[in-house]
Amino acid sequence: MEAPWLFASGVVTFFVLAPVAALAVTATGGSPELWQHLFAYVLPVAARDTIILLLGVGLVAGVVGTGSAWLVTAYDFPGRRTFTWALLLPLAVPTYIVAYAYLDVLHPVGPVQSALRALLGFDSPRQFRLPDVRSMTGCILLLGFVLYPYVYLTTRAMFLMQASNLLDVARTLGAGRGAVFFRVALPLARPAIAVGVSLALMEALNDIGAAEFLGVRTLTVSIYTTWVTRSDLPGAAQIAIAMLALVVGIVLVEQWARRRRRYANDAQGPRPMVPHRLFGIRAAAACCLALVPVVLGFLVPASYLVGESVDRVRFAGVSPALVTETWNTVALSLLATVLTVTCALVVVYAVRVTRTRAPAMLARAASIGYAIPGSVLAIGILPVAIGADRMIDAVWVPIAGASVGLLVLGSGAALLYAYLVRFLAIAAGGIESGLSRVSPSLDEAARTLGDGAIRRLRRIHLPLTRPALLSAALLVFVDCMKELPATLLLRPVGFETLATHLYAEAARGTYEDAALAALLIVLGGLVPVVILARVDQAVG
Amino acid sequence: MKDLLFGTARTAALACFAALIAVPAAAQELNLYTTREPGLIQPLIESFTKSSGIKVNTIFVKDGLPERLAAEGAKSPADVLMAVDFGNLTDLVEKGLTQPVKSAALEEAVPANLRGKDGKWFALSLRARVLYAEKDLGLSTVTYEQLADPKWKGKICSRSGQHPYNTALVAAFIAHHGEAKAEAWLRGVKANLARKATGGDRDVARDIMGGICDIGLGNSYYVGLMRSGRGGDEQARWGAAITVILPSFEGGGTHVNVSGAAVAKNAPNRAAAVRFLEYLVSPDAQKIYAEANFEFPVRQGATIHPIIAALGTLKVDPVQIADIARHRVTASKLIDKVGFDN
Repeated sequence: MEAPWLFASGVVTFFVLAPVAALAVTATGGSPELWQHLFAYVLPVAARDTIILLLGVGLVAGVVGTGSAWLVTAYDFPGRRTFTWALLLPLAVPTYIVAYAYLDVLHPVGPVQSALRALLGFDSPRQFRLPDVRSMTGCILLLGFVLYPYVYLTTRAMFLMQASNLLDVARTLGAGRGAVFFRVALPLARPAIAVGVSLALMEALNDIGAAEFLGVRTLTVSIYTTWVTRSDLPGAAQIAIAMLALVVGIVLVEQWARRRRRYANDAQGPRPMVPHRLFGIRAAAACCLALVPVVLGFLVPASYLVGESVDRVRFAGVSPALVTETWNTVALSLLATVLTVTCALVVVYAVRVTRTRAPAMLARAASIGYAIPGSVLAIGILPVAIGADRMIDAVWVPIAGASVGLLVLGSGAALLYAYLVRFLAIAAGGIESGLSRVSPSLDEAARTLGDGAIRRLRRIHLPLTRPALLSAALLVFVDCMKELPATLLLRPVGFETLATHLYAEAARGTYEDAALAALLIVLGGLVPVVILARVDQAVG
Repeated sequence: MKDLLFGTARTAALACFAALIAVPAAAQELNLYTTREPGLIQPLIESFTKSSGIKVNTIFVKDGLPERLAAEGAKSPADVLMAVDFGNLTDLVEKGLTQPVKSAALEEAVPANLRGKDGKWFALSLRARVLYAEKDLGLSTVTYEQLADPKWKGKICSRSGQHPYNTALVAAFIAHHGEAKAEAWLRGVKANLARKATGGDRDVARDIMGGICDIGLGNSYYVGLMRSGRGGDEQARWGAAITVILPSFEGGGTHVNVSGAAVAKNAPNRAAAVRFLEYLVSPDAQKIYAEANFEFPVRQGATIHPIIAALGTLKVDPVQIADIARHRVTASKLIDKVGFDN
């Protein structure tokens, strides 16, 4: 009864851990000299910058994400319905594109500063200019306003499912709306905020495009330098594993800190919160407040892309390859999403079914792929994919008498595998926080009535956690569409996605040529956002 | 048992996926692995296919090309490897991923100091590391050494020190003056930076126009890309905002880097691969390099694009490529040591 779940969960975990193990093997080949160099010259600055960046991004994304989620769940104001999905839009824009867009818009020779100079009567940027975006502050604000939807999504789902009777009780006992938020809603939403913030932080940590572009040297950039510039792959693997240990440590501490709390609802199920209606100036203020993250995280970079794309299409026309690339991107991302969400469901549900420690540990372990930079992970995937190809050949050659060649790598299956390893944590996190709100007494009741695990999943858990499942799928899909480093290294010959097209242009500095591909990534990301919004409205 | 189960499940999944994308068939074809941006080599590939009838399948890989090749091993479909920067090329050779090629056409076209021993790699085009300067500065000559002069304090823009273009330059500096002097020089240049060392070479031109800095190093072909207007009007303005100077090492010449290619160790289509390489150094292809990419052709006597020719006569630094390649890791460590990118 429980054994199959445990086995399935073990299988998924095995596959996720295999590339990490391969990396660990690679790491043993390094020389100790590297660490002397790193400790002396690299780590002090890289570690400091990484910590500042993470604290900053965590704060910005956490406050903006939680704040906006509360705003659209607890209050009603004109445009609220639109905002519930519009606040997700920044998810569709890859961070490296946002960084480029802002640099262009805010550059001394860009539109904003040019207009400002004209207004103030200066005629050269040598007389007057604003501080450079390429700084730590710029990077924190930028990443914060692009990554907050991870927090918004998980936290809002939590607020929606939160038992409004608890909030009502608090109100009856005389707590103001502010107090209700800080003393009841916020502590109850903590698992969701923790999941959201940690997703945002891992994105920030693994981001190589935006941070590097804005001149912030994180540990990830150090891994890169060690590997690419000094051809020291074992060294790079060592740093990656050290960083991984750090991330795992932080996640464990967070979980330990809330070890005694339980967040499940009672079996009657949550009655959704009735938003408080705002009028007049307060409604306008709420509207403006909700507009800020949408404008900064989406409208500015997106309208920049539209403008650039129009210019480019006029100047150079549309490349016919874009159609194939769009299809490749969507098909690949869809397959990867189905695979990842299914595996995540297996891993997370195994914990619930067996209620023993082993699957819980497997679930933790299966999530670590997200903490490894995509490019390094790809290096770990290579030997595993090639190993699988050897196994296929070992079976195939005696039968058919000929080698199938590099099937896993050559078919793109290695890419699906990479996405699974990398994004399982996103799906698992979302599903887990959704499942945690379903009272175990429902499971017990169904069990007493003779329902098996599969039937309980189908009849109780899937329906009750549908919003959480969908948001998990959305996040994975959009992340697959945006994923670059692993896609670049593991794709088959002659196979291009929108992200690789974009990168190929950006790598030679012709970002403008990439505008259309970037815009298509954004548009592709919008589709699931809209779907999610519709489902959401149907739910409540 | 577990493995077998997986094997079957995987093969089934693969079969589905393989149906979605075309796996190249083995006719008159050639597989090119490149770290060079495909947009830059596309015209060359099209022209080669037209004249030879050989179809070229390309995969553009940025980092990890050696790792992927090594992992693929004997079954690798790669025929030709193409890369930018000596470091990357010699890295492929050192890891045993290329094979020797004996070809009179290649040896005739490519000078001996611009190809590997036994023909394990060949340079195809050259680019110079030049100085972009603010127009009104009236600067006409400069040495790389002078960039550390405190008079440039707060006036220099640069891309990341760890970028191969810059590590190669620092490696050349070490080859000229030794490690200690290179470190002092790097500290001087670092102290002169106007902003964080990041972005690309064209950002240097844009930032000079934007008043952030006065001078900065950049590759020669970007000047052609900007000034030709091929990147749009905006970039044409960046190109027009700067003067370009060919700097030199004291007692040497201007630092150049290469783009190059090699035949892969396990190339399944070796003959086609050699043919492709020979085509790339032919007068026709070298003309495309100069005209489409604004690079210096590797072939003696091939014409240079007028915009690039207008920059002045290139006097190539005599330091041996092998020396530059040898100092690459030291250069990268020095750049960390002085905190150039911090």
